[in-house]
Amino acid sequence: MSSQHEPAGYRQGRWKEPPLLERGGGPSRAATLPEEDLEGLVPVTLRRTHLRWPDVAENVVVRHFTRLSNRNFGVDSGMYPLGSCTMKYNPKICDETVWLPGIAAQHPAQDESTLQGTIGALYEMQTWLAEIAGMHEVTLQPAAGAHGEFTGLLLIDAYHQDHRQTQRDQVIVPDTAHGTNPATAGMLNFEVLEIPSKEGQVDLERLKGAVSDRTAALMLTNPNTLGIFERDVAEIAAIVHEAGGLLYYDGANFNAILGKCRPGDMGFDVVHFNLHKTLAVPHGGGGPGSGPVGASEALAPYLPIPMAAYDGTRYYWDTDRPKSVGKVRSWQGSTAAVLRSWSYLKCLGAQGATALTEVAVLNANYLRAALEGTYDLPFPGLRKHEFVLSAQKLKEERNVRALDIGKRLLDYGFYAPTVYFPLLVHEAIMIEPTESEPKEELDRFIAAMKSIATEDPTLVRNAPYHTSVSRVDEVNAARHPRLSFRMEHPPSP
Amino acid sequence: MTNVPEHLRYTKEHEWVVLSGGIATVGITDHAQDSLSDVVFVELPAVGGTVAQFAKVGLVESVKSVSDLYTPVGGEIVEVNKALEGAPELVNSDPYGKGWMWKVRPSDPRQVEQLLGAAAYRALLGH
Repeated sequence: MSSQHEPAGYRQGRWKEPPLLERGGGPSRAATLPEEDLEGLVPVTLRRTHLRWPDVAENVVVRHFTRLSNRNFGVDSGMYPLGSCTMKYNPKICDETVWLPGIAAQHPAQDESTLQGTIGALYEMQTWLAEIAGMHEVTLQPAAGAHGEFTGLLLIDAYHQDHRQTQRDQVIVPDTAHGTNPATAGMLNFEVLEIPSKEGQVDLERLKGAVSDRTAALMLTNPNTLGIFERDVAEIAAIVHEAGGLLYYDGANFNAILGKCRPGDMGFDVVHFNLHKTLAVPHGGGGPGSGPVGASEALAPYLPIPMAAYDGTRYYWDTDRPKSVGKVRSWQGSTAAVLRSWSYLKCLGAQGATALTEVAVLNANYLRAALEGTYDLPFPGLRKHEFVLSAQKLKEERNVRALDIGKRLLDYGFYAPTVYFPLLVHEAIMIEPTESEPKEELDRFIAAMKSIATEDPTLVRNAPYHTSVSRVDEVNAARHPRLSFRMEHPPSP
Repeated sequence: MTNVPEHLRYTKEHEWVVLSGGIATVGITDHAQDSLSDVVFVELPAVGGTVAQFAKVGLVESVKSVSDLYTPVGGEIVEVNKALEGAPELVNSDPYGKGWMWKVRPSDPRQVEQLLGAAAYRALLGH
C-alpha cells in the first residue's frame, strides 16, 4: 500500500475470531473449583448444573478483549474532535477516585450514617454547580443531558401550573439549538416554535414575534451549535421574561463558559450540565452520563427529591420538599459519575476551571484560523469552544463530501468530526478540539485537513483504508439493517 | 442545477404538487432529494385522514438527516405511494415520477394556484 494511502502510519487491529460464547469446549479453563468446597456453603437447591459460560483459559479472555480494544478508537487513542460532544481526555485520577473501596463497595440503601462521605461530596457538588451556574439549587438526579432538559421543562411546567398560567403550551427553540431541545419540548407535549437565526445568532425581531401569553419557555443553547456566543443574550432574556415566559439554558456547551460567566447572571431560570462532556466523566460508550439541573430561587422548590442536605452536623437526604416534581431517577442519580466530576473540580480548583475554558477556546480558534482558508467558515469571526466549517465548495468542485472528509481523517489517526449538523450549514463539519489537545496534535490535525482537501478525490471517497472496518455501505445498512455482534460479517440469513 | 419542471407547483419547503382529475399528487423536489442525499425511509400519512394545508403529514429520512413533510394542499388523503416502503430510493432516482408520496382530494383546489410556480421556485433556489 502506498504512503499516500497510509498517511500517518496508523493502523487499527483486525481480528477474525468468534465471540467467546462460541468458543470453549476444550480442556482449558480459567479456574476450577473443588466441588466438595461447596458443601455447606451453597445449598444444593440453589446450585446450577449448567451455565452458558465458555470454558476458556484466562489468557484467551484477556486477549479477546484486548483485540476488541485494538479495533476501537477512543479519546485514549487520539484526538476526538466530535463537535457538540466535548470529547475531552478524562484524567485517570477521576476514575481512581471512584474505585476507592469506600466508594466502589457502597450501596445507596445503606444507612445515611454510613454514607456521610458520599452524601457530603454530593452536597458539595450541588453547591459548586449552583455557584458555577449562578443558580439557587441543583439536583444531581438526571441521567444525562436530554434527561436534564426533560427535568428542567418539568420544573418550568410545574411553575406555570402553580401560578395559574396553564395556557402556556409553547416552547421557543432557535434553529441553532441542540437537536434534543425541540425533542424534549415535544416529549412534554409542548408545541415547538422554531425561529430562524440571523447571522448565526437569535433574530430578536423573530423572537419578539414569537413570544406571547402561550410562551412557557425559550430553550437556548449558548454558545450555540455554531460555537457563537449569543451577543444579545440579556435582551433575549428580557423579551422572554416580559412575555411571562421562562428561560432554559442548555449547558451542553459549558466548556466555553466555565468559570467565565454564569447562566444565572444572564437571566436564566433553569440550566442543565452535561458532566460527561464538561467535567471529565467518560462518554461515548453508552453511559452512565449525568445531567444535573440548576434552578433559580423561584423554581428551586420544584426540584426533584431527594436532595443532599446538611444540618450543620450531618449530611442527609432531604425529601421534605412539598412542591417537588418527585423523583426522576432511581436512587440518587449516577453517583459514580458525579463523584468523578467532584474529583475533577477538586483537582482543577477555580483557577484551573477558568484556565480550562481559556485553553478550550484558544484551541478551537487556533484550528479555525488555520483551516478557514481551506474550508469555508459561514458567519466569519471568533468562536468559543467549537466551530462549523462547510465542505460545500469541495463537494461542488471535487465531489468530495463532508462525510468523505470525516472518513479519510480516520486514516490519519483522528476520530471523525460531527458532520451534517447543524442543518443550517451545508456539508457541515463541526470541530471541537477541547482543551486537552497539545499544540503538536492540533498541528497534525490541521495538516491532515489540508492534505485531504487536495488528495485524489477517489482516494478520499473510498476511505478509510486502515481501520478495522473499511468504508461501509451506509445507505444499504440503513435500508436493510442486519444487526450482529460478530467481529466479521454475519452469515447470510 | 436541479430539475424544476414547468407544469408543477412548489412550496418553500421543497414539495411539488400537480392537480389532475381533481386529485393533487405530492412529492419532494429534485433539489430536496439532492440535498438530503440517499433516502432510507419515508413515513407517509394514513389514507382516509383529513389534513389542513401545510400540516405536517410525514417525514423523510436520509443518511444525513430527518425532515418533516408538509402537505401543500389540504383535504382528504386518498392514496399513498406504497412502493416507497420497500424502495425509498425511488425518491432519489425519480422524484417527480415513481417517487411521488401522497395524493389528496383538495378541500379547496384554489390552494394549488396560490403556490409557487416553476420560475418563482427556481428563484428561491437561486437558479
